[in-house]
Amino acid sequence: MKLSLKIWRQEGPDKEGRLVRYQVEANPHMSFLEMIDVLNEQLIKAGEDPVEFDHDCREGICGSCNMVINGVPHGPLRGTAACQLHMRHYKDGDTIVIEPWLARGFPIIKDLVVDRSAFDRIIAAGGYVSVDTGSAPDANAIPIEKVKSDTAFDYATCIGCGACVAACPNASASLFTASKIAHLALLPQGDAERKTRVVRMVDQMEKEGFGDCSNHGACEVVCPKEIPIDAIAFMRREYMKAVLS
Amino acid sequence: MESQSKLIVALTSQVGRKYLTGITGVLLVIFIIGHLLGNLQLLDSDPERFNAYAKSLHDFGLLLYIIEIALAGVILLHAFIGIAIFMRKLKARKHGYKVSGQKQGGNGKQSLASRSMIYTGIVLLIFLVVHIAQFRFGPAKETVINNEPAMDLHALVMETFSNIWWVIFYVGVMVLIGFHLRHGIWSALQSLGAMKPRWSKAIHGAALIIGLLLAIGFLVLPIIIYVRQV
Repeated sequence: MKLSLKIWRQEGPDKEGRLVRYQVEANPHMSFLEMIDVLNEQLIKAGEDPVEFDHDCREGICGSCNMVINGVPHGPLRGTAACQLHMRHYKDGDTIVIEPWLARGFPIIKDLVVDRSAFDRIIAAGGYVSVDTGSAPDANAIPIEKVKSDTAFDYATCIGCGACVAACPNASASLFTASKIAHLALLPQGDAERKTRVVRMVDQMEKEGFGDCSNHGACEVVCPKEIPIDAIAFMRREYMKAVLS
Repeated sequence: MESQSKLIVALTSQVGRKYLTGITGVLLVIFIIGHLLGNLQLLDSDPERFNAYAKSLHDFGLLLYIIEIALAGVILLHAFIGIAIFMRKLKARKHGYKVSGQKQGGNGKQSLASRSMIYTGIVLLIFLVVHIAQFRFGPAKETVINNEPAMDLHALVMETFSNIWWVIFYVGVMVLIGFHLRHGIWSALQSLGAMKPRWSKAIHGAALIIGLLLAIGFLVLPIIIYVRQV
């Protein structure tokens, strides 16, 4: 299948970027990233600079393959990362526009690669459990209500890809931050530090320059792990409880 | 003292701003429900019914002024935070995407109503200035109710809505109120963290119905008044 690509090319953080058109011959069985690999081989052979894009596991769990495909983070499929998208979802002759995450909190490094260390700093502000909670058998020794552990696990599935920020009309990092807060607050191991955690993480999220949440719900639609915005309501309750007590 | 400053820091935080927007929003929804119920008395064939209602409010005296000032404070706080959130949004993403698209199965709770809150909000703020100047400080004639002097607000309303342009203006703004409430009611409840996951869909749907009912309630009034006078 012949595809027409328009890819955001930007040489460096402070350079002007633009969409550049490429032609690529892809196979419907390829993944989206393999299709870009093919393009990059073409570019290298032609002596041009290949398209920089982040990728690692290519199975939807590392959260690296961040790209906005035809205006949608991770492409058209629900509950999948860009690496899990296959070319059979496109037709011969299609034009595909590929852009990086756009947010002040995620400055562009090059082409489709953005700096997501803002998320690391939000985690470092409180998204952890300070004491050693032991290894797997010790965890099993602490009884946890089934519904709670399941809900905590649903929030824990966040892979920190940043699609929530990319999709949000306000470039808010609320769904990411809220998922981490909810995941840890629901478990006994995370309970001890829940008050300081929520205040510090919300504070850090603001410092990183992400916008406010306006409850559009655009984040839950693009989340490759389909984490609902109930997490954000949880974060708000958690925050007020921490401040008022 | 320290707990006071902690509360201020908290209320100006990203979560706090949403709480304040939500609380002021809920108060305003309660106010306009009361306002609509009061206004429906305009439909009574006896003008005295509405004038007596207006007089009973004015008889609150000092308390009425306190309520009015509090209400103005709520509106200004709501508008101020809304504008501040919009300004931060402009900074949070300087340039938008070149193309826009949709996930399979649609864009969820995002809608024209949610994307236009700042615009509908600003129109409503301007509308309020016109509306208050027109009816709160407007040129109402004197009348008498129960042997006491009162303002003939009923006549002022009838006169205003005998003009088709005022009718069109009010109906237009009420449609925008419907849009603002459609996202606002749901958003306020989500902001206040009042959501149980399984209620999320129901509350999103209920916001549509309440928004629609309030908008229709308000916009049929000028239409009915106009038609009755033609």
